[in-house]
Amino acid sequence: MSMPAADEHVQHLPIEFANEKESIKITGFWMFLVTDILIFASLFSTYAVMHNAVAMGPSSQQLFQMGPVMLETLLLLTSSFTIGLGIYAMRKGQARALIYWILLTILLGAGFVFTEIHDFVSFAAIHATWHTSAFLSAFDILVGTHGAHVTFGIFWAVTLLFQLKKRGITAQTARKVFTFSLYWHFLDIVWIFIYTFVYLNGRIG
Amino acid sequence: MSFSHLAHTLFPPSVRLPDILLIDVGLVLAGLGILGLLTKTRRWGWLWREWLTTVDHKKIAVMYMIAALVMLLRGGIDAEMLRAQLAAPGAHFMPASQYDEVFTTHGTIMIFFMAMPFIFALFNAVVPLMIGARDVAFPRLNAMSYWLFAAGAILFNLSFIIGGSPNAGWTGYPPYSELLFNPGPGENYYFLSLLIAGMGTTMTGINFLVTIVRMRAPGMTLMRMPLFIWSAMVTSALVLFAFPPLTVALAMSLFDRVFGSSFFTLAHGGMPMMYVNLFWLFGHPEVYILVIPLFGVFSEVVATFSKKQLFGYPIMVVSILAIMFLSYGTWVHHFFTMGAGPGVNVFFGLSTMLIAIPTGVKIFNWIFTMWGGRVQYTVAMLYQLAFIPTFVIGGATGVLLAVVPADYQFHNSYFLIAHFHNVIIGGTLFGLLSALYYWWPKMFGMKLNEQQGKWAFWLFFIGFWVTFTPQYLLGLKGMTRRIYTYPSGLGWHNLNVISTVGALIMGAGFVVLVFNLVWSYVYGERDLTGDPWDGRTLEWSLPSPVPEYNFARIPVVHSRDAWWDMKQKGQSLAALRPEDVHDIEMPKNSPIPFLLGVAFFVVGFGMTFKWWPIVIVGGLGIVLCLLFTGFDYDDHHHLQADTVRQSEASLGRLQG
Repeated sequence: MSMPAADEHVQHLPIEFANEKESIKITGFWMFLVTDILIFASLFSTYAVMHNAVAMGPSSQQLFQMGPVMLETLLLLTSSFTIGLGIYAMRKGQARALIYWILLTILLGAGFVFTEIHDFVSFAAIHATWHTSAFLSAFDILVGTHGAHVTFGIFWAVTLLFQLKKRGITAQTARKVFTFSLYWHFLDIVWIFIYTFVYLNGRIG
Repeated sequence: MSFSHLAHTLFPPSVRLPDILLIDVGLVLAGLGILGLLTKTRRWGWLWREWLTTVDHKKIAVMYMIAALVMLLRGGIDAEMLRAQLAAPGAHFMPASQYDEVFTTHGTIMIFFMAMPFIFALFNAVVPLMIGARDVAFPRLNAMSYWLFAAGAILFNLSFIIGGSPNAGWTGYPPYSELLFNPGPGENYYFLSLLIAGMGTTMTGINFLVTIVRMRAPGMTLMRMPLFIWSAMVTSALVLFAFPPLTVALAMSLFDRVFGSSFFTLAHGGMPMMYVNLFWLFGHPEVYILVIPLFGVFSEVVATFSKKQLFGYPIMVVSILAIMFLSYGTWVHHFFTMGAGPGVNVFFGLSTMLIAIPTGVKIFNWIFTMWGGRVQYTVAMLYQLAFIPTFVIGGATGVLLAVVPADYQFHNSYFLIAHFHNVIIGGTLFGLLSALYYWWPKMFGMKLNEQQGKWAFWLFFIGFWVTFTPQYLLGLKGMTRRIYTYPSGLGWHNLNVISTVGALIMGAGFVVLVFNLVWSYVYGERDLTGDPWDGRTLEWSLPSPVPEYNFARIPVVHSRDAWWDMKQKGQSLAALRPEDVHDIEMPKNSPIPFLLGVAFFVVGFGMTFKWWPIVIVGGLGIVLCLLFTGFDYDDHHHLQADTVRQSEASLGRLQG
């Protein structure tokens, strides 16, 4: 907790934790994730309450198609694996490998967002928009907030690529990449809940 | 859009009332006066360098406090207007539509734009000093929090001169706030300003939690932290867990109004009750966000002015944590009458009553701290002494409200109004004023005049009871909240007159308070020792006002009440040896937080009127700010050891 104690362990810590100032930022990012978890918890509970409020619109059984959702799941889970490999490379000091793993993560994330937008556009084509019913409002904002997070993460990762290219792996860039990876894994976990409670449960009824 | 249509959108009849036009003129003149004064005294550079771009927690504290006092004035004027309208049956002091706006802005401003920033002013002013740190964990984020709060506060206050104020109560329940029943920009202002300020608040919560967890001086274990630090930590945790549901509820309401979604609408299967649940999932912990910091303040004040260690420290910590956990399990007591069923209502009634236990424990501990002590009746201590009975009575009427069958009678009556003013004024406002008098010397370097302070205190204290005792009785006589007027012959007239007189007494208290602040700023006794109260915690070991770097050398803590302990052992932080001073890494000023606040304000204003080009411009501003700060690695500078030595020597704190 205090600085002198931390110094003794510096050699054993991964690079992103080695600097006290950067390590404090990682703690801060965990606290941010707490607030984000609660945002999603509020959205999930709203969805649970409004699931059957379909008004004159389609219900979840009528609407959801599992094909694109399976594809999205595959893309996002794989991207969580690739960013994990990126952190592994980072801790071994392999800057080039790290950049390639981040690039691959970005591509997989973009594939996820593209598929999701495609899915939403097909809903809009049959007039299943969030104006139609409380159910669709709750569905759109839950899945949409997740999609917006992934989109933001893609742009964030792009800015990290520029910083890594310019500065290589330093205490600061390593911390930034590490917080990005936390964010990315977190979105993966949220997606697993969306997949289970929204899509699978929505198909069953 | 034609010019006349634009003029009607910006200046509808509700903002063309004579009193508002008069305020418009006053604001324009005051604005021009300030601009002229800054230009004439060549202060623009000073304003930019020293304040707008600062990341120093002590200066951010001052800005929060000024904002909070201005908002106290605004919210107070709203309150006086409400009392003027209710003073007589069938009165026509203002139209009904304006009355709705005034009670809405009174509540919203007092809670979000007065109490919250005042509390954050105290956190910023004191927390790093008490734990022996040089700043908060994330100084630039701290400045961003402030400017987001400022953007929200300005946006909210803009509503009454441009476009019209929100009018659905401080809770903004649908369907009152739904577009179908509430066209016009007022509620958009409400949702957007609270969203923007709420983001800032969430970031403040993260910042102080991390600061306290990670940046305490060596030796300051958890159980050696001053109680104010415990309360700041618990409050930050409450902010972390309470604000997300509010953010979600506000965003959904905004989408309903601006983008045509159907969350809380009466049509398309929307569920207004879900808003009420989400709002109070935030709202009840918020009540404790508003009062727990002041429990911390009282714990410091009572120990300092009784010249004794706080009684039952571990129990105080446990009870503050118990309150934190319990506060998440009580939100349904705000709407017992909405028909959740007996099982649910009983659960929430009991959980509410349970909170009285840890709170009662704290009350006893404060009393036992005074027991056998040498109590000094300073203004800060007088607020403490007034707080104890006031808060006990407010808490007791709260327990009455938690009794479910009785609540069906009390609900939304003036009994409820009297109850929550009893705890918010008796707990929060008295605590804030106690803290103001206690820490003012540390923040500004001079003591506030005690004699004038006592005048203000007695006016507030007496005025409070004269205002709210009649309101309990009015509630029992059936007067409901938010009514604009009432017929004669119900037996409400005399009590309302007394209540209005009380409000005027409190108003006089505010005037004396402001006089006291201004008078003391000019003529007040300078604090040359840095320790005017013979204090117990580390902030009093520093000179007043505190130098930029706080501690030339980080202290080592050996016990609770660290500074008192050092004084007992004859130690001092004022006798530094030159070789103890090293280079100090300090955060660097940045224009980004201020610009980010401006960008958020532009987005908020544009979205209020659905003017998308303006929203896009502001949105680009946000993106640019984030990009710049992401690529900016030049965020700190080194204070040379020699500079620090010179500064300490000029304060007489260096040996040799």
